[in-house]
Amino acid sequence: MTDAGVQIGGGGLWADSWQRLRRNRAAVTALGVLVALIVAAIVGPWLSPYALDHVDWSLGALATPPATAHGHWFGTDSNGRDLFVRVWAGTRVSLLVALLATAVSLVIGVAWGATAGYLGGRADNWMMRFVDVLYALPYMFFVIILTVVFGRSLWLIFLAIGAVGWLTMARIVRGQALALRHREFVEAAIALGLPSRRIIARHIVPNVLGTVIVYATLTVPQVILFESFLSFLGLGVQEPLTSLGRLVAEGALEMESAPWLLLVPSAVLAVVLVCLNFLGDGLRDALDPRQR
Amino acid sequence: MSAAPLLDIRDLGVEFATPQGTVRAVTGVSLSVATGECLAIVGESGSGKTQLFMACLGLLSDNGRAVGSARYLGTELIGASETELNRVRGVGMSLVTQDPLNSLTPHLRIERLLTEGVLDRGLMSAAEAGQRALEALRTVGITEPEARLRHYPHELSGGMRQRVAIAVALMTAPKLLVADEPTTALDVTVQARVLDVLRSLRATGLAIVLITHDLGVVAGIADRVAVMYAGELVETAPAAGLFAAPAHPYTAGLLASVPRLSDPATLRLAAIEGQPPRPGEIVTGCPFAPRCASASEVCREVAPRLRSIASGREVACHAPFSQEGRV
Repeated sequence: MTDAGVQIGGGGLWADSWQRLRRNRAAVTALGVLVALIVAAIVGPWLSPYALDHVDWSLGALATPPATAHGHWFGTDSNGRDLFVRVWAGTRVSLLVALLATAVSLVIGVAWGATAGYLGGRADNWMMRFVDVLYALPYMFFVIILTVVFGRSLWLIFLAIGAVGWLTMARIVRGQALALRHREFVEAAIALGLPSRRIIARHIVPNVLGTVIVYATLTVPQVILFESFLSFLGLGVQEPLTSLGRLVAEGALEMESAPWLLLVPSAVLAVVLVCLNFLGDGLRDALDPRQR
Repeated sequence: MSAAPLLDIRDLGVEFATPQGTVRAVTGVSLSVATGECLAIVGESGSGKTQLFMACLGLLSDNGRAVGSARYLGTELIGASETELNRVRGVGMSLVTQDPLNSLTPHLRIERLLTEGVLDRGLMSAAEAGQRALEALRTVGITEPEARLRHYPHELSGGMRQRVAIAVALMTAPKLLVADEPTTALDVTVQARVLDVLRSLRATGLAIVLITHDLGVVAGIADRVAVMYAGELVETAPAAGLFAAPAHPYTAGLLASVPRLSDPATLRLAAIEGQPPRPGEIVTGCPFAPRCASASEVCREVAPRLRSIASGREVACHAPFSQEGRV
């Protein structure tokens, strides 16, 4: 308390939120599991002697079940490729797509929605009609045009998914900002002579973060599924590179003869999604100083 | 009122566009606030007293429109851009809103709330702002200010929050503080403390506009009183004179409806009969005429203009009570 008068700077909200998050056991566990999965996704493929696209003819069969004896810990797929390597490579792609696309939609959506909602009136009208127009465009058409113009790349997928994803985020945030801007504390901030940009950043956005974070954790699974859909159409990740969504889709075709092809990537996907939900829930509570 | 007034409102009107048509909340109000004076604006709910100052601060809602003129030290506020308004808001004129429970942003610490106005303008360094925040909290009578700085608004009581809200408004060293019903949401003992704070601020030369419907509050602190009825100014007078001898029948009615322990006749609460005109209702003549005991034919046909009846006293009434008092 002695430094109370001096300590002005520093992310008070963030530091406090981190303190509160650390007390939430479920969120901390989820965070730990997610970090472990991220590490596995990064180093996993190097732990196995097999390459992503190496077809192991030596086993005498293509889809071999998991076993430690032949070094295919998760077995091999119907093309004889090592599933262990493919699952972690797929996790890497899925997490990257999910996090980057969600980040893109988060940044654009929150900024756009909060600005529209706070300014209100004509600015709000124009900004939200623009969102409506983008909503009305068939997003597949949008993705195909992007692919044709810029060629296929992983970055394009981030961009394409993010570009579609921010629309809903903007609507949600705008609705919240609209409700907030007539609250007395916002009026008090205006009467204090703070510029709009600062009021949006300091008084509006932190107040909508709870909703935003819950929605963002719901967006991640959508994005992972959307990516696998794009890949299925040949617009997303291309062989031999893979993603969790693709692995699940491929595994589903073989689920009677080779169930591990479905079970292993599904389990990883499920764990990722459950952890994100717990973490999102914990973050929402942590970001609200009234929660104790 | 020899020097130029701090805030000079001339013929200000406020109207709202509603689906039912245009509603006038404030009509042709002219009023000025001198440096260091405490002006109380009284009137019942919906009389336009809040909207009058919301218009001055550019805080009308989207469907609201202000006409006329309000100048703060010569700077026109009506129709000014946000940038122009921000040169007056906070540093010239500060606002304390009505509800202390909602006027502090919930996720910011008291320290941040206090310092953000001065820091955003670059008026002082972070360390100076911290010192000034402590002073501001002491000024409004908050105990253990060092500890309070680290608290969040929800950790403080209602009375403390209201005093913090006043402290926030004081940080930028305004010359005029507009306090919109600062005591309404508080219980009586806390009200008294908030009024003490306002009184001590007034002693430092800060001009205060106190918007209230509590005549007890007015009597305790105001130099001058402006009474509003149905969006119009009906009477302005020095506080002492107004309480001693109200000139407008509405003012007299307001005073009569305050219960007095000393007078057994008022054990039954006196009330003014009838209702004020609904917003948007077209009124010919004096808006108070339907409720006025002394209304005559002319009152129902010709709207009275605000006119001077004595030094410092203005009233909008065809038949004001004389200064000898007829009550």
